[in-house]
Parts: sequence; C-alpha cells; structure tokens
Amino acid sequence: MMADLFVQFCEMLVVLGLAPLLAGYVRTLKARLVGRRGPPLLQPYRDLLRLIRKEVVLADSASWLFRAAPYIVFAATWVAAALVPTFATGLLFNYAADMIAIVALLASARFMLALAGLDVGTSFGGIGSSREMMIASLAEPAMVMVVFTLSLLAGSTQLSSIAAFMQGPGVGLRVSLAMALVALIMVAIAENARIPVDNPATHLELTMVHEAMIIEYSGRHLALIELASFVKLLLYISIIGCVFAPWGIAVAGQGLEAYLVGLAVYVVKLAVAGLLLALFETAIAKMRVFRYSDFLGSALMLGVLATLLLFVSRIA
Amino acid sequence: MTAELLLWCVAALLATGAAGLLLHRRPMASAAVYAASLAITAAALTISARALLSPASLNGVISLPLGLPWLGTHFKVDALSAFFLLVINVGGAMASLFALGYGRHEETPGRVLPFFPAFLAGMNAVLLAADAFTFLFAWEFMSLSSWALVMAHHRRAGNAAAGYLYLLMASFGTLALLLAFGLLAGPSGAYDFAAIRQMPPAAAVSAVVLVLALIGAGSKAGLVPLHVWLPLAHPAAPTHVSALMSGVMTKVAVYGFVRIVFDLLGPPTWWWGAVVPFIGGITAVMGVLYALLQNDLKRLLAYSTVENIGIIFVGLGLALAFEANEMQAAAALAFTAALLHVFNHSLFKSLLFFGAGAVLSSTGERDMDRLGGLIHRMPRTAFAFLIGSAAISALPPFNGFVSEWLTFQAILLSPTLPQWLLKFLVPAVGALLALAAALAGACFVKAFGFTFLGRPRSDIAREAADTDRWSIAGMFILAALCLVAGILPGYFIDALGPVIEAMTGASLPRQEQLDWLTIVPIAQSRSSYNGLLVFFFIVLSASLAAEAIHRWASAAVRRSAPWDCGFPDSSPATQYSPGSFSQPIRRVFGSVLFRAHEEVQMPPPGDASPARLQVRLRDLPWDVIYAPMARAVAYCAERVNALQFLTIRGYLTLVFSALVVLLMVLAIWQ
Amino acid sequence: MITPLAFDVAHLFAGSLVLVSFMLLYQDRMTGLVNTFALHALVVSFSVAWQAYIQQAPHLYITAAIALGIKAIVIPVVLHRMIVRLGIHRTIEPVVGVGLTMLAGIGLIALSIMVMLPITAQAGTLAREDLAFALSVILLGLLMMISRRNAVSQVIGFMSIENGLILAATGAKGMPLVVEISVAFSILVALIVIGIFLFRIRERFETVDIHLLHEHRGEQP
Repeated sequence: MMADLFVQFCEMLVVLGLAPLLAGYVRTLKARLVGRRGPPLLQPYRDLLRLIRKEVVLADSASWLFRAAPYIVFAATWVAAALVPTFATGLLFNYAADMIAIVALLASARFMLALAGLDVGTSFGGIGSSREMMIASLAEPAMVMVVFTLSLLAGSTQLSSIAAFMQGPGVGLRVSLAMALVALIMVAIAENARIPVDNPATHLELTMVHEAMIIEYSGRHLALIELASFVKLLLYISIIGCVFAPWGIAVAGQGLEAYLVGLAVYVVKLAVAGLLLALFETAIAKMRVFRYSDFLGSALMLGVLATLLLFVSRIA
Repeated sequence: MTAELLLWCVAALLATGAAGLLLHRRPMASAAVYAASLAITAAALTISARALLSPASLNGVISLPLGLPWLGTHFKVDALSAFFLLVINVGGAMASLFALGYGRHEETPGRVLPFFPAFLAGMNAVLLAADAFTFLFAWEFMSLSSWALVMAHHRRAGNAAAGYLYLLMASFGTLALLLAFGLLAGPSGAYDFAAIRQMPPAAAVSAVVLVLALIGAGSKAGLVPLHVWLPLAHPAAPTHVSALMSGVMTKVAVYGFVRIVFDLLGPPTWWWGAVVPFIGGITAVMGVLYALLQNDLKRLLAYSTVENIGIIFVGLGLALAFEANEMQAAAALAFTAALLHVFNHSLFKSLLFFGAGAVLSSTGERDMDRLGGLIHRMPRTAFAFLIGSAAISALPPFNGFVSEWLTFQAILLSPTLPQWLLKFLVPAVGALLALAAALAGACFVKAFGFTFLGRPRSDIAREAADTDRWSIAGMFILAALCLVAGILPGYFIDALGPVIEAMTGASLPRQEQLDWLTIVPIAQSRSSYNGLLVFFFIVLSASLAAEAIHRWASAAVRRSAPWDCGFPDSSPATQYSPGSFSQPIRRVFGSVLFRAHEEVQMPPPGDASPARLQVRLRDLPWDVIYAPMARAVAYCAERVNALQFLTIRGYLTLVFSALVVLLMVLAIWQ
Repeated sequence: MITPLAFDVAHLFAGSLVLVSFMLLYQDRMTGLVNTFALHALVVSFSVAWQAYIQQAPHLYITAAIALGIKAIVIPVVLHRMIVRLGIHRTIEPVVGVGLTMLAGIGLIALSIMVMLPITAQAGTLAREDLAFALSVILLGLLMMISRRNAVSQVIGFMSIENGLILAATGAKGMPLVVEISVAFSILVALIVIGIFLFRIRERFETVDIHLLHEHRGEQP
C-alpha cells in the first residue's frame, strides 16, 4: 500500500519532470536534422521559469473562465498522465480510471482550452477552437476504436492489465495490433499539434490550431498551458510505449532494482520515440486544413478495421 | 399504498390545472400554480424515491371504475415505473421551481398555467397505468396537453407549423402504439398488463409489435427519422416546458418502449439487438450533427436531445441483444447504462434548457449570433450552464461520462455474442457512439462559447442582467446533482438494482461496499472507474498548481486590449461567429449527409457592398421520407376532393355500391 | 503443424494485403495509386513465398517470383510511363466520395469475414483466415473498379482482385495448378495493360501533342 502510493507519487513527479526535457530534446533534434544548432536541451525549463516570473497581461474582455482554464487544463492532463504506467505498473490509483477515462480526461482539458480560446472574443481564438474541435471530433473516436481493439484483445480497459497482457505469450504478431498502432500514432500526432496536422513552432500563421487557441495567454497562465502540452506529448508516448513496447516495465512488488531498470528503460523509450518523432516531422510537410479530415478519417477507419480484423485473429 | 398516494398527486395536479384555468387573471396565479406544482411533484418525488429504494413494499393493482365500463382503469407501481416516476418528478419539481421566477415573464399566462400541471399529471399517469387503455389515454392526454403548451405562443413565426407537425406525429405515434397493444392483447382482448404478460405472442407477432413500439415510442422520443417534429416543437414552448418536453417527456417515451419490449413482449429474438442499437447509433450521430449546425440555442438543445435518446436506445438495444442470448449479467450492464443515462440526461438537459431560458428572459434572444459575453453579465447562469455543458459532453468527473462509460463497457462485451452480425455491428455502433460523444463536445463548446463567452454581439446582450433567485436555485440544484451523480455513481447504480433485476433477471454487483466508491461493472481486472478519486485528483492537482504558482510566480496582472496577433479590432463583429465555428465540421460531415452547398456572392470590383456567403443544407430524412409522403397525401386528397362535387345520383351510387360490397364480403366471410 | 510464429507471419502478410487493398481505395492520385499497387503485389509475393516456406511447396516460389517480378516491378514501371505519357500523373481522379467508398470498404470486409468464418468451420485456422482475407481483397478490388472511372485504376482494381485470388489459392494447402493459374493470370493482365495502353495512346494521340505542352512551359521568349 505505502509502496504503491510512493510509486504513484514518483510516477507523477517523473512525468512532470521529464515532459519539458522531452520537448526540448525533440526541438534540439529537429534543429540538428536541418543543420541548425538549435536551443539547448534545457531551454523549455528556462522558458517556463521565464514565463512564470512575468506579469500576466489579460485582455479587457477576459472572464474568470479564462483565468481558471489553465489550472483545469493542467490538472486534467496531469491526472491523465499519472494514470498511465510509465516505468511501473501497479500504481495505487490505477483503478480510478481506465483507458476510456483517460481519453475523456484529455477531452475535458481540450473542452476548457477551446472555451478559453473563445473567451476573449478575437478571430484567432475562434479559429483555433473551431479547428481544434474539428480535429478532436475525428481523433477522439479513432482513439476510442484503438482502445476497443486493445481491450477486446486483452479483455480489459485498464492500461496496466493491457500492458501485462501485451508482455505475455498470448499476443503474437497481429495485423489488428499493427493497425491500432498506426492509428494511435496518427491520433497522437494530431492531438499533440505536431506536423503534419499543426506546427508547434509557428506563430502568426493562418494554419495554426493550438497556438491560435492560446494566443491571448501570457505569463504564468501560458506556462501552465505549455507544461500541460508537454505532459500530453509525454502521455501519448507513454501509452504507446506501455502498450506496444511493454518491455522493462516494473511490476508491483518487485524490488527497487526493477524500478530503476524500469525507469532507465522508460527514458530510453522516450529517447527513441522522440528521435522518430523528430525524423518524421523533418521529413514531412504540413497539410492543408481541409486535408486533416482525410488524415484523421483514415485513422478512424484504421481503428474500425483493427477492431473488425480482431475477429479473424481471434480464431487462432 | 404507493400507487394510491401517487394517484392523489395526479389528481392534485389536475386540480391545480383547473385552478390555473379559473384564476389565471389574478396577479399571484402564476406563483400559486407553480408553487403548488412544486409541492406536489416534490411529494411524488419522495414517494417514488421511497418506492424505488424499498421495492418490496410495492404490491397490488388499484382499479378504478373509470373509463370503459367493461375494462375499468388499473394503476400499479413497480420498480420500473418507480424509477421513471422519480426521473419525471425531479424534472417536474425543478421546472416548477424555475418557473416560479421564469413564469412571471409570461405574456399570456392563461395559455400556460392550466396546461403545465395537466402535462405533469399526464406524464405521471402514463407511468402509473397498468392496462393498455389507461396507458394510451394518459399518453394521449400528455401529448395533447404538451401540444397546447407548444401552441402557447402560436402567433410567433413558425410555432403554428411546429404545433401542427407535432400533433400529426403524436397521433401517428399513438396509432402505432394502439396497434401494438391490439396485437399484444390478442384475440381475447386482454388489455390488462398482467394478462398480457401471461401470454407472450408468437414470434412473428412480437416482431411486428417491436417495430410498432419503435415507431410509437420512437416518434415521441425523437429517433431518426421520426425526429422531425422535435426540434421544432420543443423550442417553441415556454422554456420550462421545453425543459420538461426534452428532459422528461422523451423519458416517458423510453418508458413506453421498455414497458412494451422488455416487460410485456416476452423473450427477445437476437436480431432485435441488431436493429435497435443500429437505429440508436445513427440517431446519436445525426442528432449531434444537426445540433452542431444550429445557431438557435434552444433548437441546438432540442437536437442534442435526439442525440441522447440515441445513446439510450443503444444501451437498450444492447440489453436486448444480450438477453436474447441469455447473457443476463451483460444485459444488466447495458440496461443499467441506458437507465442511468435516462436519469442523467433528464438532469443536464433540464439544466441547459433553464440556462437558455434565463438567457432568453434577460435578452429576449435565442440566436447565438446576437449573444455573447454573458458570462460577465450573468455569472451564475453561466456557471450552471458550464456544468451542464461539461456533463452532457460526457466529460469526467460529471455524470454524463459515467453512463457513456458504462455503455462502452457493455459494447466491449459484444465479442462473446454468438451471432456474427452482432459481433461486427456492436463495435461499429461503438464507433458511432464515440463519434457522437466527440461531436457533442464540439457542439457544447459552441453553445457555451458563443452564448456566454467572447464580446457581446448585440446591445441587448451588453445590457443583460442575471436572472431571478428561483431560476438560479433550480439550475444550481440540477448542477449539483450532475456533479454528485458523476462522482458517486455507485449509489445511483445500486438504486437501479431492483429495476434491472426485474427487467433482465440479473443486476450489477453491489457497488457501495467497494473501496473509495469505485464502480466496477464486471470485474476489477476488467474495468473500473472512480469519479470521486478523479474529481479529488483534479481538484488536488489544480490547487497544487495554483499554490505553487502563487508561491513562486509573479502575481502581477495587467489589463489591456486583446492582443489578437497585433491587429485588435474593437468591433465585436470581427469575432468568430457560431456559423464559422461549425464550418470545418460542416465541411467534413455535412457535404455528404446534408448536401451542404456553399455559395459566395462577391460584389463586383470597386463596389463596397459586403460579400455574402450562403450555405444551403438539406435535411435528408425530410427529403426522402416526409416530402414524398406529403406529396402523396396531397395527391390523394386532390383525387378524393372530386367526391365533394358529385350529383345526388352519384352519392347514391357510392352508398349503394358500398352496401353491396359489404354484403359480398359478408357472404364470402361465411 | 505450423508453429505460432509461422502462423503469425502468414497472418500478418495476409492482413497487410487487406490493408493495402484498403489503401488503394484511399489514393486520389495516379502515381500514388500505382505505387500502392506495387506494394500490394510485393505483399502478395511475400505472402506466397512464406506459404511456400511453411507448406514446403517449392513450386509456390515460382508464383511468388512472378508476382514480384511482373506485378511489383514491371507493370508498375509500365504504368508509370504510360501515365506520364498520357499526362495524367497529377490528376486528382474523380472519385465518388473517398469517405463513402472507405465506409463501403469496411462494410465489405466485415461482410466477407462474416460470410467466410462460419462456413469454413472445418478448415484449418490459417486457410479460414486466408479465405476471409482473400474474399475481402476481391470485394475491395471490385469496389474499386466500380467506383473509379479511369481505365488505369480499373486495371489496378482488376489486378488486386487477381492478387486476392492468388492469396486464396495459396492459402488452401495442396491446391493444384496454382502456378499455372498465376502464370495465366499474369499473361492476361499483361495483355489487358498493353491493350489499354495502345487504346489510350490512340485515343489521346492528338491531345498529348508535345507542341501543345510547350505552350504551357512559361519560359517562352
């Protein structure tokens, strides 16, 4: 019990601590890949510190919702991240929310953020919110279909049970799983506002989505939102890691050594995923807004297909 | 005993209605009628809650020597009707509370006051009925009294047409139910529910009854494609009545379906479990897509009711599928999900309609294009509406999420079904449901964002003031219930136990003993959800973040003009509008489903007049089903019209030939 | 008896074939379509080769080699050239609603699994699965042929049907004349491709005039 609680807290701290590092790592890698030196690895931490020291400039028309939203967005994202097994399963509060609930928690965060985008009453905020909700309207069902595939296979919607199942012998190579993985990656790209759906590095461009939504934010509010988006990226990578690469995750009751190994393996996983993400983003061009629906629609179709083909795989 | 008390409540409501009819010119009439309705529904609420919690005390049918002399009328309360009575009287009590304040703005109280209690009485009577005649009589009474309320403001544009369509569809639905009961009663004419239960009909007959029940109850509940009247009629009524119609009357329709299909019809066949969820899934997606494209706040809410009815029918259909295969535990799960959603939807839909009503009474506007910024002028309404929006978008930790989560859990049990069609169809319905949930989020970002956030889009929105105490109280009670049902769902699931037990023969495991009030529908290793912990964690981490920020960060705040990428424009017209918000989604889904067609009219170069963007949408069910039907009716009427202008000899020929034909039929019959 | 790993790999190849068939539906450019078809043929040849390995049927290697050589390399190259000659390589084809086609495709896959799995209950696991996948590939190919107007994409639809047939034939262990069938089909396909090629060139001869193209080059004096 106490050990579980301790692991749970470690997990929450690890998630929070590593998230900006991951973002900085991806940024640096992307800069190196295009031949620039890029910012130092720790730049996101400095950015966050700089932001929270600055004053907040609030628009005249901003309401209390605008000031409350960053806290809620951050809290919902952090709680969702805390429920994903990163380096160890057997988290104390694992049973509080399964994978569907994690998806819904992220939806709560997005709901608040989209409202905040509409609050000040500018055209940029509106455009961001509108597009964000369009993306979500396809990405969320795609994610739910991935969850369906995984939980029909594993007989559980709990991430830790799914991870345990995926480590077990009953899995095998399945085309459904491959499809689910591709669909999950597509959803992760869209949800984290990465290229080709959105560009995390731009401002002042009509095609941006996430950055347009938060354009009125400044100071500590912006810091919280940035941190929440770092955590969200880490969360998706952790989900992919714990489901599709469940090696090395420590199981409850194992000794300290297993936890340390788990942590090390987790960091390696993050490094690999970050590298792949940077490579992918460098290699590909951003899409037009109205191509998103094709991109995400095919993620949704893949998710549905994965569920269908499950029945073929199951007869083995 | 329970049924007796509740019948007294119905009688008291009818008496209140009569009093309203007589006294509506007095200044205090409105307050008196609504206060009386509040008191009576609160009493009925207490009685039905007690009945639900101790179902053992329910027994006995009350027969009254009313109605047809050889039938009489029978009333009975069982667990199922106790649950629905609870839902209805919660909604009724809250609507009365809201109307204590809201009703004062009514211009023509004489058109509302008599019918409001009568409407409540009608809905209660439907649930108490224990024979087909009483059921149908009460059903029709409910329809007509709500029709009168829809027609309260009949001079406003469109309301008369809405009322006409409602009357037409309601009669059609009642006809279907009448036929269904006729088939159930069989040749012996057993109209008593207990007698019907004794002799389940043959398979072919029960299939027809299922279809008739789907048409009859579905047209009242708003299943696609029988939904066309709903988004016209619900918003046309005064707002507290809209809330009742959307939040509560649709639940009476669900009750009718459950009563016929689960209770009276005997064991289901497996393909029922394919038809009903499929219709439910389509209804959910179509409903929410329609809702997204509305700019009228009340109509948006009415379409969203169509969506939620779809979700409820998905749950009911899954219960049928599992029950047909004798998987009682799974059927219990699906049924619990459906009933919990019935309860939840009645809470948040009433709440949202109240919010819309508060906006309407303080601005006179329903069009979101002319609202905005109300969060500053109406902070309390805005807060309650925000909770309702989050709950209906199925966001944790509110109650809407719990019932959708349970529905998803039921869907995930589908691979164990033996029929291949169901194995494939049910996950596909799950995809539809997920799509509907995500679109509902977008829909309520729009509803809340453009009504309450941003800058006011009209002078009237700039001048608005928050609504009265009664209305606020009604909204806050409902908002609190939404939160409580979201974080302590175990108690509500347990309370549903007897109903589930009675309908499916099994029930979910008791939830209240579990640690930390987690809900576990099947097994801990399979799935669990704990709303309380999630809520606690969100609050904890948000306050941690706030604490950390306030300790270490700068607390300075400066107000200034919006940044807006360096080009701020003080005109509120530069904001995004509700139409532009839904444009991406309209492009993605609407071009196929609604044949959306955009047209831009640019002025010639040099001309300073504004360009115009025109969007045309077509309603497919209307074009495919209703318009041809209307044309056919018009065509027949045209033909039959000729009969009006016959000579006397012609009429005599008609009568004579009818007589001969009848005689021939008689001859052949023998 | 085959090992789980052998089964998994066979399953993966057959399943990917369905996926690639599905991707064919989604393509809206000719170049992409031909490349996806090359992938389709590649997957089929891998699948057949793997079957040859686990069934220890060396003659299937010939089929695999034919699929690889002709359909994954020669025909795509020919088609690419043809498309360039006809000047349609950048055209976005008029497709009847990609979303609707994909939905119909999902329905067809569900249908074929639903039909095949119950009626083949006696057959071996792998054969059942292959038959279900093969039927999906065939139906998807048909869907593609009826939902496209362009002749090239119809040919590609036809060839993907043929790949589906090969999958079915190799999946059922001990099917005679598999090699012969695949050779015959390949020749047939080649003939069709050549026929269309000649036909299209003749039809388009005037319009694909090189001088006409020069006018659009934009670097005229």
